[in-house]
Amino acid sequence: MKLAYFPGCTLKTTAKKLETSALAVAETLGLKIEELPNWNCCGTVYSLASDDLIKQLAPIRNLARAQSFEYKTIVTLCSMCYNTLAQSNILVKNDGEKLKKINEFMSEEEDYRGEVEVKHFLTLFKEFGLENIKKIVKKPLSKLKVACYYGCLLLRPKRIGIDDCEQPHILEELVLSLGAEPVNFPYQVECCGSYHTAVKPEIVAMRAYRILENARENGADLVVTSCPLCYFNLKDRQRDVKRLYAGFKEMPVLYFTEIMADALGIT
Amino acid sequence: MRLVLKSETDVLKKVEEISGQNVFSCYQCGMCSAGCPMSEEMDLLPNQVIRLLQMGAFDEILGSSTVWLCASCYTCRARCPRGVDLARLMEAVRLIVLRKTKDDYIPPARMVKEKLPQIALISALRKFTR
Repeated sequence: MKLAYFPGCTLKTTAKKLETSALAVAETLGLKIEELPNWNCCGTVYSLASDDLIKQLAPIRNLARAQSFEYKTIVTLCSMCYNTLAQSNILVKNDGEKLKKINEFMSEEEDYRGEVEVKHFLTLFKEFGLENIKKIVKKPLSKLKVACYYGCLLLRPKRIGIDDCEQPHILEELVLSLGAEPVNFPYQVECCGSYHTAVKPEIVAMRAYRILENARENGADLVVTSCPLCYFNLKDRQRDVKRLYAGFKEMPVLYFTEIMADALGIT
Repeated sequence: MRLVLKSETDVLKKVEEISGQNVFSCYQCGMCSAGCPMSEEMDLLPNQVIRLLQMGAFDEILGSSTVWLCASCYTCRARCPRGVDLARLMEAVRLIVLRKTKDDYIPPARMVKEKLPQIALISALRKFTR
């Protein structure tokens, strides 16, 4: 089965490491993934208003494009893209009138039928089989204590969540299959402050501090995540955390696919 | 808090129309405020915003930072025992404010000037500008 990969804007710039490592892992697993031609920005945040359908155009255009290239599934790496595409997809699936309006508006595309499935790479890896991943691990990450950070948009709202929205374990299961040890991490679903990083960095730094210290208190050597914005807020904002909290020691933050690539011996 | 009630029913109607939520579903248990990761920065707690909406005291909400601090993390929605989607109510209030005025809530010029992931900028522009 062919899978369309929807990168989204950030995967080509600040989150290039996430893309490179994820695609290398997918290749090693033998998954057939092709970048969706002519993709456009998804809009990053799903519109929560019932009267501005124009904001649903960007995500639906991508889904229509996937359909026109005969892809049944679109896979994403960025949590924000995943959330926006998945929520818009459900909206038009359940509301024929809105779908019709959108289809009539974007005359250059073929009509979207609401049938493309939106999936995150984590779900893809789980479906591949964690036992199968375990078998091809070349360098087990033994003794590495990992705090798995999910943030918000992979899990909430519930109807698009890839796992339980309060106590997820999909990342922990993956980390276990790589030979590492996931630590207890109560702050793993707590918001990092998201886009406030563009307007109030100190608010984000305060949240990052709480999340990172919670990981540290539970013995973590590092934090892994899948979201390029969480990654930036938890990693790059540590310079602001240091200014706010004397004595704060850096905590390594990596994309989950980076430690996967290490364990699978991909360099 | 002391406030003068003007019962702005047209504004409430608009909030309910944009959000698709019934504010009177809320019975003020405070679960949303207890779990909100931003509540300590807010001048009104999330459940207070709903209470003021129920009372039609829209002016009180207009001057508050709360709806702008809500980052749509959906924690309140996941936990609300009454199924109220507070994230949608917050978005509705933000939109009513942005549509009423000619100004951005935070113009691009006042955003952080450092290298940021695009998703940070695009979402901030979507939430804070017209």
